[in-house]
Amino acid sequence: MSDVHSKEIERTEPDPIADPGVEPHLPRPTDVDPAAERRAERQVATFFGLSAVFTILCCVSYFVFAVGDNPDTIGGLGASNVAIGGFLGLALLFIGIGAIQWARKLMGDHEIIEMRHPSVSSDADRDEALEAFNTGVTESGIGRRPLIRNSLIGAMAALGLPAVIFLRDLGPLPGNKLAHTVWRKNMRVVQDVTGVPIRPSDMEIGQLVNTEPGVFYKDGPDGEPLFEGTELQQAKTKAATILVRMHPDDITPSRGRADWGVDGILCYSKICTHVGCPISLWEQQTHHLLCPCHQSTFDLADNGKVIFGPAARPLPQLPIMVDSAGYLVAQSDFPEPVGPSYWERG
Amino acid sequence: MKTPFTSNGTKAAAAPKPNRVGAVAEWADERLGLATMAKKQIRKVFPDHWSFMLGEIALWSFVVLLLTGTFLTLWFRPSMGETVYNGSYDQLRGLEMSEAYASTLDISFDVRAGLLMRQMHHWSAMLFIAAMLVHLMRVYFTGAFRKPRELNWVIGSLLLLLGTLEGFTGYSLPDDLLSGTGIRAADGFMKSMPVVGTYMSFFLFGGEFPGDSIIPRLYTVHVLLIPGVLLALIAAHMLLLVYHKHTQWPGPGRTNDNVVGYPMLPVYAAKAGGFFFIVFGVTALMGAFLSINPVWRYGSYNPSEVTAGSQPDWYMGWPDGALRIMPGWETHLFGFTLSWNVFLPIIVLPGLMFTILLMLPFVEAWITGDKRNHHLLQRPRNAPTRTALMVSLMTFYGLLWAAGGNDLIAITFHLSINQITHFMRVAVFVGPLIAFIITRRWCISLQRKDQDDLLHGYETGVIMRDALGGYTERHLPLPTAEAYTLTARDRDEIRQLEAGTDENGVAAKGTGKAKLQARLSHWWYAHNVQKPTVAELEEAHHHVEVEDAHDAPLVGHAADGHQFDGRHDVVEGDDLAHHRD
Amino acid sequence: MLRIFQRTTGRVAGSISRRRRSRFAAPAVLLIGLLATGGVYAAFTPADAAKQDDASEVAKGKALFLVGCSSCHGMNGEGVTTKRGKQLGPSLVGVGAAAVDFQVGTGRMPMAQPGVQAPSKQVLYTPEEISQLGAYVASLGPGPEVPPKSEYDVAKASNESIVRGGEIFRTNCTACHNFAGSGGALPQGKYAPKLTGVSAKHIYEALLTGPQQMPVFSDHVLTPEDKADVIAYLKKTEKTPGYGGFSMGALGPVSEGLFAWLVGIGMLVGFAVWIAAHTARVKKTGEDA
Repeated sequence: MSDVHSKEIERTEPDPIADPGVEPHLPRPTDVDPAAERRAERQVATFFGLSAVFTILCCVSYFVFAVGDNPDTIGGLGASNVAIGGFLGLALLFIGIGAIQWARKLMGDHEIIEMRHPSVSSDADRDEALEAFNTGVTESGIGRRPLIRNSLIGAMAALGLPAVIFLRDLGPLPGNKLAHTVWRKNMRVVQDVTGVPIRPSDMEIGQLVNTEPGVFYKDGPDGEPLFEGTELQQAKTKAATILVRMHPDDITPSRGRADWGVDGILCYSKICTHVGCPISLWEQQTHHLLCPCHQSTFDLADNGKVIFGPAARPLPQLPIMVDSAGYLVAQSDFPEPVGPSYWERG
Repeated sequence: MKTPFTSNGTKAAAAPKPNRVGAVAEWADERLGLATMAKKQIRKVFPDHWSFMLGEIALWSFVVLLLTGTFLTLWFRPSMGETVYNGSYDQLRGLEMSEAYASTLDISFDVRAGLLMRQMHHWSAMLFIAAMLVHLMRVYFTGAFRKPRELNWVIGSLLLLLGTLEGFTGYSLPDDLLSGTGIRAADGFMKSMPVVGTYMSFFLFGGEFPGDSIIPRLYTVHVLLIPGVLLALIAAHMLLLVYHKHTQWPGPGRTNDNVVGYPMLPVYAAKAGGFFFIVFGVTALMGAFLSINPVWRYGSYNPSEVTAGSQPDWYMGWPDGALRIMPGWETHLFGFTLSWNVFLPIIVLPGLMFTILLMLPFVEAWITGDKRNHHLLQRPRNAPTRTALMVSLMTFYGLLWAAGGNDLIAITFHLSINQITHFMRVAVFVGPLIAFIITRRWCISLQRKDQDDLLHGYETGVIMRDALGGYTERHLPLPTAEAYTLTARDRDEIRQLEAGTDENGVAAKGTGKAKLQARLSHWWYAHNVQKPTVAELEEAHHHVEVEDAHDAPLVGHAADGHQFDGRHDVVEGDDLAHHRD
Repeated sequence: MLRIFQRTTGRVAGSISRRRRSRFAAPAVLLIGLLATGGVYAAFTPADAAKQDDASEVAKGKALFLVGCSSCHGMNGEGVTTKRGKQLGPSLVGVGAAAVDFQVGTGRMPMAQPGVQAPSKQVLYTPEEISQLGAYVASLGPGPEVPPKSEYDVAKASNESIVRGGEIFRTNCTACHNFAGSGGALPQGKYAPKLTGVSAKHIYEALLTGPQQMPVFSDHVLTPEDKADVIAYLKKTEKTPGYGGFSMGALGPVSEGLFAWLVGIGMLVGFAVWIAAHTARVKKTGEDA
């Protein structure tokens, strides 16, 4: 067996085995036996007939099985969905099976030969097309008139500009919006959903509270909430936080952060610095916080440092203190942008 | 009384009533001239093989998507405006949510067959993309992408990409917690892009995430823009298929210049049409019995909430896996941040993979220098390097896909997500390499088996014992049809490097490129087993005849081993030479 | 001492009374007063009453503890740390009876072998024994008590409670336990277990005590009403039928993708093979193909 063949062998070497031609056609049982043929015909018709029956059952199920306030169930599953879908599925399937059995068993199955044609156009066609094109181009004179040609190209290219410019109002410019949240000095840290403010004594070691800025639960002078709808969602995306309580001895605050917590209670951003999923998988014994999206893990006893996973930056910490009424409040906004990194972040 | 003329009845003669279908065809032809096109297409020949139907799964799934999707648009409200839910689902009643989510709940609980249509739509989307992948693999492994079908490969790759985007935009429309988390991650991906990241993010969302524009904008992309492009590309894909005709497997009577198979009408119309109903039916059964995307259990999207096991739909699993195993690399330069940890796995890698996919036919043509038209398919074993290349790409894809589900793998098999991640970081490089090597050797060994069958015949399993006590296995020549099929392939031409320098020692232009091509071509075809020449075949047959002469006394007798002990029973007419056909 | 006492109380009681009373009258009255106050107080303080009645319970619990728990948790529940600093079992001082009721009542304790996490398995103690163990551990130090049924009985929960419970659940619980309570992965092979099939009492106790890596959700922040709402939501969801069919584990897109490939593509490729398969042929006699 030689591995390297030059072109020569390819051209002169005939194929080792001659083409025996298409196999002669062999009949099927349904082609020779009228009883088999009738059986097959009945089988196909049965499939079609059953399909029609299932279609009717499907339509009946639509009206018989209730949805809404008191939905019907079958075996712990939604009856309407199972019945309508099940019958519809069988109805469709049986048409398909019937059609295919018809083709396999009863339709003529002699193999036919069709010749291919080359994909390339004939030389005559090519010449004709080329000539027509050249004539057209010559008559247009575009080759002889570079001024017209170039100015046309310039004008068409310029039309690309409006297509881009008209999209300008898709959105505002980012500015430095990403660098700030709604957190302010003395803003209460309250539990999400219930809105209750938190005293340090309310929390035990090992506790996690999912929190939000207190301003989310305040109403404005018109009696409407200060934050609702889209504004609330946008603010939450950066301002959501968690409070965790650890043994003060376990915490190793970096320089300048010694007073950012209260008796071992620390407040961190809930938004992962990878691509922005909220995190609250808190392991109370290891002090690790795991993000469920891509498994970035942060050590909250060590300033939110990344200890595993694809996140690149530590979790931002919100400095907190106690207000005059004894509740936990923020000392200020986050000292750095919250959430995923971006080019201008610095 | 007899009339002078004969008559065939009592009524006046009338022209036969025209067939109704014929009348319609007549009307259309007078205006459209359909017969010219129809004459060629009605009995167009299609070769028959199950692997040719994989693309059809994708095609029919697309039709199901259009039908079920249209149903959904009649009830879905693509708005992020806030509303209070007052529908039938108890656990969410009274909560504020977007119109998009509320209308999805209405479709699921208060519109009959609504949940079925939602589920069928989602299942067929998954099948659409899976079928495209399987079809892609079939086309690649059999070499069906070679000239003249490279363009169709490009169109197919674009269909795959657009289908993936269509799926992503689609499942994000209900604005539920899981898909909202996905959109949040997509926002993070955009923000990681250098220079333009925040601008793209703000422009797409109409401001800060999540804003109130993203759902209506994704809706436009999902029901108008991408389906329009998909339809056009599918039409082009089908048109090229009709023009080039389908490829076929080599075999008796099948050459590079013909197509052997069954005609469009009636056989293929029935089989393809039937398969449409089967795809539709299977999708409906899945929509009936398997609950997919139960958005009511996730809740409305809230940027402060997340669920464990947050994954995108399966077809985005591999970039998600790349994102998970990527180490946390970031560069800070002159006040700017380059987030390699997001940018590389999510922007660069998929871009690179897609480009590689697009370029596969052209790269192979560049390496092999093969400019012939190919309409006969190749068995994967006969193109070992190509097959190994695709298997290693699949291994890379598959490992990343598994990495995307690392937390679910961890809880199902009681493993540690940290260990899985560390393993994957190494495996995605080592795995494809190992897969390449193993696959190529496997293909070559299969080629050697084929060569063996051709030259020495197939093994019959009948063991002969000769007079001296030696055992041999009886081989019989392959049937002609099979032997022909095995040899109906081209010989591989390895590029030779012609003299690269002229008499003055000056290197010819393009010599560097030619050298590279020659080397790559050698690597591509190295160790391939070529089909035997006529001389080799004759020599082998002669050799077999010599061996057969050994057993000549036994021809016509049962070979049960008792020939030499006088206890045998000869079965009359038992002839080993015609054992199989 | 007694003499000084007698003289003091005698002076207070008055000279006439001094002769009519026994020497021991004053101390006796004092003692009666003390006993009466203490008894009334004990009657109105349930814990104390229990302690008084069930000192034997504590003793029984201690006996069980010594046999089944002390090898890891220490002879006095103080925890055991090996010489190399590895902890076999943490200190149980202050974990409370609720923690015992949860851990032992779900079979997590006693742990069959050391590991990163105690899986729930077959319960090895009877309810009486669990309560005795709880009484003993509670005696080691004050901690959360087993909640009364009223706290976690959600049979008559209103829909508003259920809806609110869902909100609290999705904010606090789904990140670990998944949207359907099907569980989720934690670092280093640990996991948040399934919530389906867990009793309301045990859910309450888990929230209250924060077993192993689970955080604590103390009553001061997540009030008993909040906890009951969460339990109401979970129980309602457990009873909710699968409107769309089988849930395939309620694990999200990963299991959906698996079924799409195995069931969907599998069935369709199977059909394709059937469609293009050779159908039966009648073999002509005496002719080879």
